[in-house]
Amino acid sequence: MKNEGKKLIWKEYQKEIADNKYYYVRSCVRQNFFPGAETTFLRIMREVLEKDIYENPSHTTCTGIGYHSDIVPLDTAMTVVARQFAIMTESGYENLTPSCITSFGLYTEILDTWHHFPEVEQKIRGLLKKATGREFQIPKNLSHASDLIFKFRKEIAQKAKYTLINKNTGKPLKVVDHIGCHYAKMFPHKGVGGAEYPYVLAGMIEEWGGEVIDYPERRHCCGFGFRQYLVQANRGFSIACSQKKFESMAGYEPDMIITNCPGCPMFLDRWQYAISEMEGKVYGPDGKPIPVFTFEEVAGLVLGYDPWDIGLQVHQVNTEPLLDKIGITYDPEKKYNNKFGKSMGKPVIPESLCEAHGIL
Amino acid sequence: MSKNVIVIGGGIAGMESSAYLAAMGYNVTILEKEGKLGGHLLKWERLFPTKRHGKEVLEFLSQGISEHVSIIYHADIENIERKDQVFNVHLSKGTSLKADAVLIATGYETFDARKKEEYGYGIYDNVITSPDLEEIFLSGKGIRTASGKVPQRIGLVHCVGSRDEKAGNIYCSKVCCVTGVKQAIEIKEKLSQTEVYCFYMDMRMYGFHFEELYKEAQEKWGVYFIRGRLSESCENADGTIVVKVEDTLAGKPLKMTVDLLVLLVGFVPSEGTRKIGELLGLSFNSNRFIKSADEHTMSNVSSEPGIFMAGTCTSPRTIANTIMDARSAAATVASYLEGYNIEKRTIHRNLK
Amino acid sequence: MKDFGYTINKDRQINFDRTDKWIYEYLKKHEPSFKLCIGCGTCTATCSSGNFTDFNLRRLFTLIHRGYKLDMKDEITKCMLCGKCIMVCPRGVNTRNIILKINEVIENRKRKK
Repeated sequence: MKNEGKKLIWKEYQKEIADNKYYYVRSCVRQNFFPGAETTFLRIMREVLEKDIYENPSHTTCTGIGYHSDIVPLDTAMTVVARQFAIMTESGYENLTPSCITSFGLYTEILDTWHHFPEVEQKIRGLLKKATGREFQIPKNLSHASDLIFKFRKEIAQKAKYTLINKNTGKPLKVVDHIGCHYAKMFPHKGVGGAEYPYVLAGMIEEWGGEVIDYPERRHCCGFGFRQYLVQANRGFSIACSQKKFESMAGYEPDMIITNCPGCPMFLDRWQYAISEMEGKVYGPDGKPIPVFTFEEVAGLVLGYDPWDIGLQVHQVNTEPLLDKIGITYDPEKKYNNKFGKSMGKPVIPESLCEAHGIL
Repeated sequence: MSKNVIVIGGGIAGMESSAYLAAMGYNVTILEKEGKLGGHLLKWERLFPTKRHGKEVLEFLSQGISEHVSIIYHADIENIERKDQVFNVHLSKGTSLKADAVLIATGYETFDARKKEEYGYGIYDNVITSPDLEEIFLSGKGIRTASGKVPQRIGLVHCVGSRDEKAGNIYCSKVCCVTGVKQAIEIKEKLSQTEVYCFYMDMRMYGFHFEELYKEAQEKWGVYFIRGRLSESCENADGTIVVKVEDTLAGKPLKMTVDLLVLLVGFVPSEGTRKIGELLGLSFNSNRFIKSADEHTMSNVSSEPGIFMAGTCTSPRTIANTIMDARSAAATVASYLEGYNIEKRTIHRNLK
Repeated sequence: MKDFGYTINKDRQINFDRTDKWIYEYLKKHEPSFKLCIGCGTCTATCSSGNFTDFNLRRLFTLIHRGYKLDMKDEITKCMLCGKCIMVCPRGVNTRNIILKINEVIENRKRKK
């Protein structure tokens, strides 16, 4: 593989990412999936990068999840998004930073629709005014939270306590990057590095010392796909998508997976458990499952944040083997303590998927 | 005193039209940007459908370049002025040439396969293009993978950069299907144990003897044809390439590992075609080739008097077609120079 | 195994590297005209059986080449061996004999087992 070839393509897909003063909008589902990720992101932006990043409690779901599940009609979705813009405008911000990939995709899609059909924008402005009395400005810059971490990846590397290097072997960790479908597949020029060879996570991995794995099913969806997951009978399709990816990446013996979407880490993490229960298979090296992370968690880890502060205890696939490879110190006793030091209770599932099924 | 014709481009079209114009007694000057005549013909070892060597045709064309044809190599045209009926062509070296007619034969380039990002040309070591394969044939070296192994399975991808609006080209490049069949056979001639697969949307075997070549590929050489356009190719850990297509005849998605993937790249107008067309203020057609005054009846005639075209600067063509078009251009230029009113006959639109 | 109320869907994709092309290999040798099929579907258009059942000779040939698993015996019994397909094939593929050869190779394998 020639990396220079990829670099030529990355050059074609440079996007503008605002430098400061961000209006941050949270995801509806991430706080349940990986509750530490967004908090970690805000902590890095404020404490490490010293940026002005603001969030407003009046913010709601963007309805992307409903829109992609055929529940919320487009006009409704656009009006809700217009309200988000209005709150951003009222808060005195111009740069919108969604936490969720599908929100980012939906905002991008709506802005593009309005660009091509100004009469639709006028109609939505009318609807919002009628419903809420609000008015809004179009965001000056729309960048996903992972775009921001990408932009400041070098600053993070400079302040990092750890690198993505196996301390026992001295070799870079092998990292699978998985990009949420709605990040760039619909609008390749809105994603760092485009849609075929996205650079947004690969850039972080490289900068923090890891080695990016490019495996054949890299472009395949994680299987979240909203409708496929929401209906229980369809989940066989969802899990098959994740399995297709695991089968394809297993030969590369990845140390970890890093993602930038709410759904992908959830499914790539939980489905490893489900597949091990259903088929007795795991896909990491040495008969272990592959730990899955959000990009915020990885940024937090290299910066030396306590693994339990950034929420790694809620992962289904245990992250300790990876922490050990990097050499991150942690207190196993505190894993299931809450912030007041009290036990939250341990999960029923054994510590390791493979031990549970006698695979080791 | 005989009249002067400047022919821009010394490829197949430029050479053959020069030969006929010289034969009719005109002073012909070929302006060639390279140091050699022959253009793309220099880069193709053997030609479809006969598998004749390209250099045989080149030698034939060279026989037409008599003492009545002067050639300026490494020509870089800076400007072309026109005063009344006379053109003044200024070259970057300071030379200026006068001409009574200009014939553009600036040709095509092959599509830059890197633009089909998902096929991985320039990224995956074992993805090459049809011209790359010709270069291997010409060099006499064996066909090997990037790591020097004899490939066990080779895939050829049709329509790369052709019939693809996303790549900016809606048109069919006309030569790639049969080039694929020719190259598949040549691979089998050299590596009989290697499996060869062509991935196609339609096999456009329109030329005389093309279909026979296709049948020969199946019957004699056991080349396989799978109907479906590649959605993407990816690299395996061992450097082999996974291709994904819909096997449209089976109605199922299909994936296959190949050791080498050859992209059959199509035609795009050359940089020279674009530059000269713009210098002369000519119209371009919707596919960015130079526009003919009429597609059926005036293929060699441009939007400006005294300026004519030959060959692939107006559309993709086979070599046989290019040679015919070059002679047709020579006849058109000669008629113009003899005072025949080319524009007199016109197409009457909407005839009932 | 735990019951989650769903199972993992089977992949519909033909993994060409892993399919067993034993019938194709036999036909290539014993009825080489099989290689000449261009998938035009004329055979299927005229097929006496295909007009009343889901028998599709063109598709069957494609699936045999790809090594796709089918109940081949069941497929070929739908053919009435009328020979209309041979009459219309533009490439001269001996379609009727292919059906007979498929039967032959299946019977051979059964006997060996």
